[in-house]
Amino acid sequence: MSPESHLRPDQREIVTPEGLTLRFTLAGRSARLGALAVDLACIGAILLGAILALVYTQSGLGQWTKRPDARHAAQFLFILWTALMFLLRNGWFLIFELGPRGATPGKRMLGLRIAARDGARLTTEMVLARNLLRDIEIFLPMVAVFSALGSSMAGGPSAGMVNWAAAGWFLLFALFPLFNRDRLRAGDMIAGTWVVEAPRARLEQALSAKPGAHEAPPDYAFGPAELAVYGEYELQTLERVLREGHHDAMEAVAHAICAKIGWNAPQGDEVRRFLDAYYTALRARLEQGLRFGRRKMDKFDGAGR
Amino acid sequence: MRNWPELIRARFRAGPAQAQPAPPATLRSDRFRQAREGDWRRLEAIVTAVEQGRLRRLSDADLLDLPVLYRQLASSLAVARETSLDAAALAYLEALAQRAWFITYGPRENFRGWFMGFILGGWSRAVRAIRFDILIALALMVAGVAAGWMMVAHDPSLYGMLAGQDPERNPGASAKQLRETLFGGQDQDALAAFAAYLFGHNAQIAILCFALGFAIGLPSVLLLLQNSGMLGAMLWLFHGKGLLFDFSAWIAIHGTTELFAILLAGASGIHIGRAIAFPGEFSVMASTAAAGRRTAPVMLGVVLMLLVAGMLEGFARQLIDSTPQRLLVGGFMLTFWLVYFFVFGARK
Repeated sequence: MSPESHLRPDQREIVTPEGLTLRFTLAGRSARLGALAVDLACIGAILLGAILALVYTQSGLGQWTKRPDARHAAQFLFILWTALMFLLRNGWFLIFELGPRGATPGKRMLGLRIAARDGARLTTEMVLARNLLRDIEIFLPMVAVFSALGSSMAGGPSAGMVNWAAAGWFLLFALFPLFNRDRLRAGDMIAGTWVVEAPRARLEQALSAKPGAHEAPPDYAFGPAELAVYGEYELQTLERVLREGHHDAMEAVAHAICAKIGWNAPQGDEVRRFLDAYYTALRARLEQGLRFGRRKMDKFDGAGR
Repeated sequence: MRNWPELIRARFRAGPAQAQPAPPATLRSDRFRQAREGDWRRLEAIVTAVEQGRLRRLSDADLLDLPVLYRQLASSLAVARETSLDAAALAYLEALAQRAWFITYGPRENFRGWFMGFILGGWSRAVRAIRFDILIALALMVAGVAAGWMMVAHDPSLYGMLAGQDPERNPGASAKQLRETLFGGQDQDALAAFAAYLFGHNAQIAILCFALGFAIGLPSVLLLLQNSGMLGAMLWLFHGKGLLFDFSAWIAIHGTTELFAILLAGASGIHIGRAIAFPGEFSVMASTAAAGRRTAPVMLGVVLMLLVAGMLEGFARQLIDSTPQRLLVGGFMLTFWLVYFFVFGARK
């Protein structure tokens, strides 16, 4: 079995210095768009708040126009505004991605983070590089599209054409993640990074070690023939059904298993106990196979027989 | 449920005591898991604390054990992948291994530490690493200035196209009018606001110049040529009225910093463009990523230089009203940057 064959198309493997292969899931394009929207909304909210505060202060200054200090204060407000604009445009993503979580608030909300593509350390240079290109990927395309829309509504057709050409050119950068397998945006390509799903999983109790699960009734003694019909894929499906715990689904699965191995299907409370016992027995058998180097991927896999 | 106080207390207790007392498992992989679960949960608690930035609340013992726990987890995961079919536990281990890996191989230093290293040599090293592209960009700028000068000298009506329509600075203006644009700005108001505006505008242009390097560097080249062409046209204009020397000083006081920064930004863009177009023995992706990482510190430096240039242009140029003094300041800044980039720490 080739090492790549068990990867989904959106999964990538890297080998850490300890020789451990880690499997990353690339962030979906829609999730990244959502994260960007959240970040832009945050920036917009801050800008709106700043504008309101500045207008309020400025109107307060209005009554002091006779005094020379008022002009200095207005000047100070302008500098504050320029600095804020520059920081929001260039610093918002940068500062958050330099943190220990490697994610902006939007990415964090959607469970994403950035990582180095080659499996090495994420460095400050990488974060800097990927955010220096944000300007031509987000802000300029937005400006270009809006000005093209505006000019084609107001002006003649020739001005509209030029603006649309510019907008199309900038959109090439904006839509870059749609055109490559690793969903890299131009900044990711420059920096050697990518955006992956931030892993988060709770440790569930093992089904086979649950209190009561090991006291399987003696009448559920499965022979090799009854366990040989299924493989790992079916085992995982069974585990999922058991964890979800819907009675109808469990009953359907119990019926399917019994039809396959020629048993009478259990009824009522028996269903859960039957499935628990079958799960434990099947896992024991398949894991034993694993220890001897025989892997049975699914019911069509003949290797375990 | 009569023992609920004990259950609640157990949830807040650290370490393996938190886990419910489980009966001995029948499956071998479950016994394997039971033996190590406490360590996994401890590692998870440490990783969560680091992710939330609560480093101070961690004990020294926890921090010292982090690499050990990570390695144990790595080996647990390697064993579990080969022996266990408990999908939930495997998913948990995979996720925890990734989180711990991000922590163990995350940025080693905080930004402040990195920035100190950047100022004390990292910046100069980054600039020296792209000196070939700096030479290309310099040649382009010189060519742009010459071309701008010659175009306007050939046909003065091109001035408006190259340097923009300006009511004060245009070929029709008299020597006196032009002189007034160079001197007498010190009683101007709002110098600080002017400086801030200049910085914001120039820094955004420089970042654009770098970012467009992604389009194989061609737009960076065009931006460099356009800006230096404008300079050439203005030089011609002031030369015609015998003000070349005064104008040069007027430009030089901030221009030695600002044009140097634009030169570096253009050179960084060209470096990226070259890495994409001619990756050499590496793959395009590897070559591009390496170029981006080499030039990113240069660009941070460019933004800092433009901050200095904005202040020089906003304050110093308006307040210093004599040509020799302006040249002195400009010359000093140029010497400073050259020494800082090409002499400072170069022998190491």
